[in-house]
Amino acid sequence: MTAAIEVEHLVKRYPRGRANAVDDVSFAVLRGETFGLLGPNGAGKTTAIGILTTRVLPTGGRAAVAGIDVVADPIAAKQRIGVVPQTSNLDRSLRVREILTFHAAYHGVSRRERQARADALLEELGLAARGRDKLDWFSGGLQQRVMLGRALMHEPDVLFLDEPTNNLDPQSRLFLWDRIRALHERGVTVVLTTHDMEEADRLCDRIAIMDHGRILALDTPEGLRRLIPGGTMLEVRTRLPQAVPAGAPAGAEPVEAALAALPGVTAVERRPGSGTDDAAVYRLYATGDAGQLLASAAQAVVREEAELLDLRFARPSLEDVFIHLTGSNLRA
Amino acid sequence: MTTLDATLPAHGRVGAAARSFLAIVERDLLVIRREAPSFLVQTLVQPLFFLFVFGKVLTGIGTATPSFGTILLPGIVAFTCFLTPLQAVSIDLGRDLGFTHEIDDRLLAPLPNVLVALEKFGLAALRGLIAGACVFPLAYLVLGSGYHVRTDLVGEVAGMMVLTALLGAAIGMLVGAALLITPLLFTGCTYYPWSTLGGIGWFQVVTLFNPLTYAAEGLRHAMLPPIAGHPIETLPMGWVLVVLCGSLVVILGAGLRLFRHRVVS
Repeated sequence: MTAAIEVEHLVKRYPRGRANAVDDVSFAVLRGETFGLLGPNGAGKTTAIGILTTRVLPTGGRAAVAGIDVVADPIAAKQRIGVVPQTSNLDRSLRVREILTFHAAYHGVSRRERQARADALLEELGLAARGRDKLDWFSGGLQQRVMLGRALMHEPDVLFLDEPTNNLDPQSRLFLWDRIRALHERGVTVVLTTHDMEEADRLCDRIAIMDHGRILALDTPEGLRRLIPGGTMLEVRTRLPQAVPAGAPAGAEPVEAALAALPGVTAVERRPGSGTDDAAVYRLYATGDAGQLLASAAQAVVREEAELLDLRFARPSLEDVFIHLTGSNLRA
Repeated sequence: MTTLDATLPAHGRVGAAARSFLAIVERDLLVIRREAPSFLVQTLVQPLFFLFVFGKVLTGIGTATPSFGTILLPGIVAFTCFLTPLQAVSIDLGRDLGFTHEIDDRLLAPLPNVLVALEKFGLAALRGLIAGACVFPLAYLVLGSGYHVRTDLVGEVAGMMVLTALLGAAIGMLVGAALLITPLLFTGCTYYPWSTLGGIGWFQVVTLFNPLTYAAEGLRHAMLPPIAGHPIETLPMGWVLVVLCGSLVVILGAGLRLFRHRVVS
């Protein structure tokens, strides 16, 4: 297998930055892989993409796309990449179809070929009837489609998508996910940044979790889930004997305290409740025997005179992995 | 690891950059053609009113001498050639690099970023030339019998207009336009020949620091017919050319460097 992207000890420090925006990052993306950079805003994902797409000069380290060093040979690198940015940067002086054909012309695609590709892509992206339109009044979702079509016009080896579904309505999000999967099946290497764990989970072959400019973990979604220690997560839904006064310190609630005191439990987290408003949902992270935990958790709830509504083992989400690795929430 | 065809031959890269550059020029020409009506109306309103008020009204009511329109015209051509590209570049860049990022697609094309900037510079200068050329028929219509332009130095007129437009485009790459336009315009000898400033010596010196002064003086030299047998007095053309070319090189160099700084962080 050939690496589509190689990044070695990459560092970026902005002139007035307090810390490295990208801090000694190394990873490789295989050809045909869909690779995710997952992390909160300010984690360094966009800077990393900026370096790989020649818009940011690294302070140190090496970055190569399709074997081409992006600093030494940006022109050759630009021929191999397609970029879909976070927010629209479409050329508003042009009509939709012209945006595609001019992009291809910039990349030296012959006139006949660019007409054919524009037809095919507009059709594929559901824009066949809008080719002559101006962009005025195009929704975010439609502009995203145009940007995706534009990025594919010169048939890049690697497609970069920076927060592609940020601010998109659910329908546009699903549409884009379908398109990304289709590209994956066609063998296009896709690198996407996101702070949406569901997106990363569904689309990516491998995910690098980033925070404060560093990669904390890099694995398949399944591999990342195994990072949760003990691997047991139990969700307990109860109706509490009386409402806990607002502003009470965490852990002051007796049911929560009892659950935390159970053998093997490493952490208890109160989750936002769903359904009836007096139900409380606790998530227990534990090591040791799962059956034993189930029984003792049930007993603890009953002992505290709360009503047990539901007990189930949960599959850790990528967000759980992220919280485990960083101690903070992805959206924080 | 199999090797990709990563190493493009050098001529392949030059060819790609050349094709890219031409495609970007094609894009700009299309946009210029499409925007031509509104662009011309916008840029020609100012010269139209200047010619009318200064060349027709003021001479008509006796506030200015009848030849004022003739003396004014080269200045109007100069500031139109100068200001149009200056505004085009600085507004475009401010908008593109500031928030719309519409230029990104060109920056991601396979050519050096500096060529994207040079293309913008060149096409903006072309806009300035078109606008400047349109001033002549406009003046012919407005000034009527007061329109006097010598036709034996057409080459010099064209050359001065090109230099003036290039200079305006270069300054546009360097500064946010709004603040600078008024002082540039009024210290640039566009409304008065430099030689007539002898009575206000300090101001005559100030105008020498404005490259627009040299553009206006050069155009005056190339356009004004001799009055009563005497050729009109202007700054020496040698100096005009040296200062215009020199400031063009320096300002363009600084503008390109600033552009690089703004597009690659």
